[in-house]
Amino acid sequence: MADPILSLRGIRRSFGPVEVLHGIDLDLAPGKVHALLGENGAGKSTAMKILAGYQPASAGRILLDGAETQFHSPHDGESAGIIMIHQEFALAEQLTVEQNIFLGRELRKGLLLDKARMRQLSREYLARVNSQVDPDTLVSRLSNSEKQMVEIAKALSRNARVLIMDEPTAVLTSREVEILFAQVDALRAAGTAILFTSHKLDEVARLADRVTIMRDGAVVHSGPADQITEDGMATAMVGREMSDLYPAKPGIPPGAPVVLKVRDLSVARYAQGIGFDLHQGEILGLAGLVGAGRTEAMEGLCGIRPKTGGIVEIKGTPVTIRKPADALAHRLCYLTEDRKLRGLLLDMPMRPNLTLQALADFAGLLIDRKAEDKALDQAIQDFDIRGSRTVRVGNLSGGNQQKLLLAKIMLSEPQILVVDEPTRGIDIGTKQQIYAFLRRLAAEGHAIIVISSEMQELIGLADRILVMRAGRQMGILSGAALSEDSIVRLALGVSDAKSAAETAPEVPA
Amino acid sequence: MSDTTAPPRRGFTLPPMTVIGPVLALVLLIVLGASLNSNFLSAANVTNVLARSAFIGIIAVGMTFVITAGGLDLSVGSMAAFVAGLMILVMNAALPTLGIGLPLVLLGMGVALLAGLCAGLLNGLLITKLGIEAFIVTLGSMGIYRSLVTWLADGGTLSLNFELRRFIRPIYFDGLFGVTWPIIVFALVVIIGEIVMSRTSFGRHAAAVGSNEHVSHYSGISVARVRLVTYVMLGLLVGIATILYVPRLGSASSSTGVLWELEAIAAVIIGGTVLKGGFGRVWGTVIGVLILSLIDNILNLTSLVSPYLNGAIQGVIIVLAVILQRGRKASS
Repeated sequence: MADPILSLRGIRRSFGPVEVLHGIDLDLAPGKVHALLGENGAGKSTAMKILAGYQPASAGRILLDGAETQFHSPHDGESAGIIMIHQEFALAEQLTVEQNIFLGRELRKGLLLDKARMRQLSREYLARVNSQVDPDTLVSRLSNSEKQMVEIAKALSRNARVLIMDEPTAVLTSREVEILFAQVDALRAAGTAILFTSHKLDEVARLADRVTIMRDGAVVHSGPADQITEDGMATAMVGREMSDLYPAKPGIPPGAPVVLKVRDLSVARYAQGIGFDLHQGEILGLAGLVGAGRTEAMEGLCGIRPKTGGIVEIKGTPVTIRKPADALAHRLCYLTEDRKLRGLLLDMPMRPNLTLQALADFAGLLIDRKAEDKALDQAIQDFDIRGSRTVRVGNLSGGNQQKLLLAKIMLSEPQILVVDEPTRGIDIGTKQQIYAFLRRLAAEGHAIIVISSEMQELIGLADRILVMRAGRQMGILSGAALSEDSIVRLALGVSDAKSAAETAPEVPA
Repeated sequence: MSDTTAPPRRGFTLPPMTVIGPVLALVLLIVLGASLNSNFLSAANVTNVLARSAFIGIIAVGMTFVITAGGLDLSVGSMAAFVAGLMILVMNAALPTLGIGLPLVLLGMGVALLAGLCAGLLNGLLITKLGIEAFIVTLGSMGIYRSLVTWLADGGTLSLNFELRRFIRPIYFDGLFGVTWPIIVFALVVIIGEIVMSRTSFGRHAAAVGSNEHVSHYSGISVARVRLVTYVMLGLLVGIATILYVPRLGSASSSTGVLWELEAIAAVIIGGTVLKGGFGRVWGTVIGVLILSLIDNILNLTSLVSPYLNGAIQGVIIVLAVILQRGRKASS
């Protein structure tokens, strides 16, 4: 193998007290395509951002052509020929394609812009990625896949030595994927070092020269792509020891009544044909990759976004849920994954946040502030919320915000609770508290749906797990079939004849 | 932030600058005015200042709710002119049938309230149902109402019948126990507004919607309805302000209510309500209105600075108020 252009050595990265990368080594060689794999939260994105200079490393060395270097900004990375294409596009929507390609490096003739030359070069770059887009089109009018191609054309215009792509094929059609792959091949032949992430293991097997697999912030496998099977990749991505982090599962008692019956639930563009029974006292996990439509399906269920079809029965009675208040009236409640943007009013202190959803219980004509304060005292005690009551909740730690959000939801006394990524970005101690709390709720007779991207969490917590892929329900796992392996297979769609037996979708009665 | 436990408050701590700031400015203005002119604190002058503040003040209370909920209304000045014109036209037209008397006055009031309510409803529906920016919608309706009143007056002035004007003058100039009606109504609107803002679910919901509409939506609040109600409330208050305004001059023209919208918005901001929404206080708005009126009054009473510089001084105050608000954000 040729000497690497860019290397990471012992890279560590901490956010506050939490270390998310524990000493990463990575080599990007010229003319090689390197795939970086791992579950959500394994640290891939952070590693890529450090490579491209978007984030500094907390410790460790970055080597450029063998010499130690430091990137203080993406600009430093770009000057060194390292270009990153983000999953969320970094294009200026209100500018044209051509203006975007040359943004920040506009060509000039004297004092004026050399528009003719930029137009001509834009056409050349776009032609190289087989894009039919007119350089004069506004980016806001492009489809996602066209934007992806413009991003790549932009990278070409910058003579990238190292090209880093975060899930480049996630938004592309299969025809566009072919074009992208052809372009990647061309770049590889031209000696560019390429790093990409993907959840589609067949693409990895096809495109990559080398595969590095991360888990929990550490590299667990690195080697030539032809020496690992798709199965091997999936196994390496998962496979950790279970611990007593999770409360014991009593199992769903036989004869437990079905409190929520969902059939053929559809949400336009995001989900279709979702159907399951949720029993009293049950915790149902909802697994799938980011973008599988889990959140959208549940938001459709709870009236937060319009659903386009489906039958919902609560305790045997068909119900119509069109807005969040309807769901609340049936004591069905959704707890958002995005506590900062959708869960809490960050500029306000605890009290108005706690009672926002159940305010009607605290107000006749006027709001009873004493009752509110009492409820807050109770919530602080019940949920072990630590922090000042007067400070704006934006200044609380993530764990305390999550507990406050839980307390807020519980004030409206839901019978059926949908919790979305309840432990994202919080420390292990608080996680354990939240798991115990959810299990206790179930034991008290609530029914709970947990959406999570952490498979360990779902396996540890849920009685059954529904797996979604690209908006469709792939199956419901229970009992011995609750393994990361079977979830990954369903979530990635690599389920083969051998494993089909143990992951056979449960047919709703 | 590292403080996880609230330190117990010891002794007397000064309220933050955003609370004291406007109050302090008002006190300073009163002291300044009193020391410059002996007539400043006379009952006649105080009544005059308060009564003139009442129009903008009543509208500004409504504007406080609109801005707190994350909206804006630029149309209130021309809306007031249009409502005034309509009220005068209807009263003049009904004069032959009803004759001068209470029924005619009540009809005029009803028309003003209904027109204000409809105008607010129209703004609100365009903003919430069609999802058009509040700035654009109300910029448009501002032009429409201004143009309509000019058209109704045929470019000139709409005047109440002379006898009728004499009959309704007391609505502006008389009152109870020496306090004139505009001041009484202003005070009532403020008290009710303050209670609604700080003590009711609606006030809490308005602040929540302005703070983060997604959070509000996820919390089961009907974001569109809360916003719509703030615009309707504002329209209704414009109607009330117009009812008090028409008896004063008995006429309306294309220059009626010009720049009221900016004075109302300025008062709201000076009072400490956050322009981008999420936090509002009605009592602050009252202080803001009084500050603006007092500057005008002091300049007119004294020869210290030319009254023509009134706008410049108000402008400085508005910018200062916003800088103070920013200080709050940075320190919290």
